[in-house]
Amino acid sequence: MADIEVENLTKRFGDFVAVDGLTFTVNHGEVFGLLGPNGAGKSTLIRMLTTLVPPTAGTARVDGFDIIKDPDGVRRSIGVIPQAMTSDLDLSAEENMSIFAKFYGLPREKRRDSVRELLKAVDLEPWADKPVKMFSGGMRRRLEIARGLVHEPKMFFLDEPTTGLDPVSRVAVWDMLAKLKSQRDLTILVTTHYMDEADKLCDRIAIIDHGKLVALDSPLKLKASIPGKNILEVSFSDVPSDWENTLRNLPEVADVKSQDHVFRISSHNGPRTTIALMETARNAGANITSLSVQSTTLDDVFVHYTGHQLRDTLKTDTVYSSAFMYEPK
Amino acid sequence: MNRILALIERDLRRFRRSPTLIIVSMIMPLVQLVVLGYAFGGKVKHLHIGVVDQDHGLPAIKLKEMFQAVAANARTFETTAYSDEAAALRDLRSGKINGVVSIPPQFSRKVLAGENPRVALSEDNTDQFVASALEGTLNQLFASYNQKEPPPRLSVEAALSVVEIYPYVPYIQYLLPGTIVLAIFVSAMIGGGIIFIDDKARGLHEGYLVTPITKFELILGFNLAGTAKAIISGIVLVIFGSLIAGIPAPLDPLRLARMFLVVVATALALISMMFLLMVRVTDPLVPRATFGVLNTVLFFPSGAVYPIQAFPVWMKVIAAVDPFTYAVHGFKELALKNTGLMAVVPDLGFLLGFTAIAMAVATLLFRRTL
Repeated sequence: MADIEVENLTKRFGDFVAVDGLTFTVNHGEVFGLLGPNGAGKSTLIRMLTTLVPPTAGTARVDGFDIIKDPDGVRRSIGVIPQAMTSDLDLSAEENMSIFAKFYGLPREKRRDSVRELLKAVDLEPWADKPVKMFSGGMRRRLEIARGLVHEPKMFFLDEPTTGLDPVSRVAVWDMLAKLKSQRDLTILVTTHYMDEADKLCDRIAIIDHGKLVALDSPLKLKASIPGKNILEVSFSDVPSDWENTLRNLPEVADVKSQDHVFRISSHNGPRTTIALMETARNAGANITSLSVQSTTLDDVFVHYTGHQLRDTLKTDTVYSSAFMYEPK
Repeated sequence: MNRILALIERDLRRFRRSPTLIIVSMIMPLVQLVVLGYAFGGKVKHLHIGVVDQDHGLPAIKLKEMFQAVAANARTFETTAYSDEAAALRDLRSGKINGVVSIPPQFSRKVLAGENPRVALSEDNTDQFVASALEGTLNQLFASYNQKEPPPRLSVEAALSVVEIYPYVPYIQYLLPGTIVLAIFVSAMIGGGIIFIDDKARGLHEGYLVTPITKFELILGFNLAGTAKAIISGIVLVIFGSLIAGIPAPLDPLRLARMFLVVVATALALISMMFLLMVRVTDPLVPRATFGVLNTVLFFPSGAVYPIQAFPVWMKVIAAVDPFTYAVHGFKELALKNTGLMAVVPDLGFLLGFTAIAMAVATLLFRRTL
């Protein structure tokens, strides 16, 4: 059964198409990862699914509720951790949670139990009555995860929950998510920049670029879908002419991509290609300045589908128009 | 309903933990009341005038004795004798003295002959308060100088007897109503609907916009929270302001109850006014930047510091639609005259009507989106 059904969902800001006719479903109990470069439209997609931004075209159903026709039904079913830290700095952890429990209309006893239990689950019980301004980024994020679950939602949306956290806090956040998921009947939709996290934790991954879906499958199948088992990344001090073609003709090579003096060679057999590469380079007088050989990772999948260039485009003027406001990346 | 209470709880808990906000909204207006109240309320004293006597006759000496009497008693001015009028005028222009009284030659002869004797006053008129204090004192002085002795038993001149129906009102008391309204206005600048702008700036709004809270619950929650804070500052100012300004019987419970009603109506009106003005603003600098302008445009035409009757027509128009005007009037009636509730019913009516209209329009304009 599909918990989230996205149908031809589109969002335009003026001439800029942030989300371009996306269609996919998220199954019940899945951890569904959304990957994509900055500005690919991940946050806009999450904001549409969580009723913060109305779509320009298309629609989606979340837990059976239409995001346009029944936003209130959607809001009751979902827990959301937006990209920005949204806990109140002046309030204590417990107050933050209790006020949100009231927003969801939880009765008094249920509220108290739920707040205590969740604070314990995210290891914040000892600091329950301390103001959030004393918390580290990781503690604040964990509090927000607890807050997002206070009304026992069926679906949990997290927009880059680990961005800006140190590696230890990142691991803690993911451990907590895994633990909570095992205890509750949760469907999770999460965006992240950390491919290793997505690889380990997501059942399926959608890669989005320029607002379009470019790949959707389990991490294993995604890795198998790109050519080559190993990636050789090699750079030369000076590149002989037609060098890319020469490299392409090395044994076991599936694909070669280049940028300036750096070549990414996908190979079905890393060691064989490497030995041949060294020999060819020596014969051609091309000086190797660096060389690395890796197994295919989700990073390679990501680069394969989205390309390697930076996505520096200017934002269209939306509601975030002041230099003094928080701007989601 | 519970969600509205939760929003109010959130705001009041935050308020309780920010001493800066409490100080800004309560202590600053009190400080202003004291400083402005004494800065403007006092009588002008210890001015310096130069006296040039070119006559030296008996009437001139009598006049100079009267100057000495003023210097010794009312202390409005102190005199310095100059022999040279040019030197006195030089000192006047260089600011050493505030005025020069010149008694011309032949003054005594003209007094005795009854030939329109005149004394000249050259004054520094760049400061109107100083100039009018000087003129007022000298005019009184000349009136008594001219009095015939002994005075006739039956005068033919009509005299005015002034009856003051209220106790003397020092300027600090006159300023109190405006200060109370100002404190409520400061609360409206840091609370109410504009909290939403701050939440947007900090990104906090995304947290609660994904909950089932409705547009009306948001509007009521923000504005009632702001009103509650504004009422608290209003009450603090009513009580401590009255004590500081020395209002007679400051804690009379009946008057406090009536003033409480005006505090509530004023808080509602100013909170809804700010909500309407800022309902579509997303930049948190805008409310701060407009504070000074709004304060000037609303506070000064309201009659809080100077009577409305003295204003040009365009300012009277502002005063007529300015909620400050009615709030200040209401507090003046109650604080300075201790009138009954009937005297402030029109003020309450305007403030509540203003609230209803502003909230209705703002609700239409409010958007529950990012």
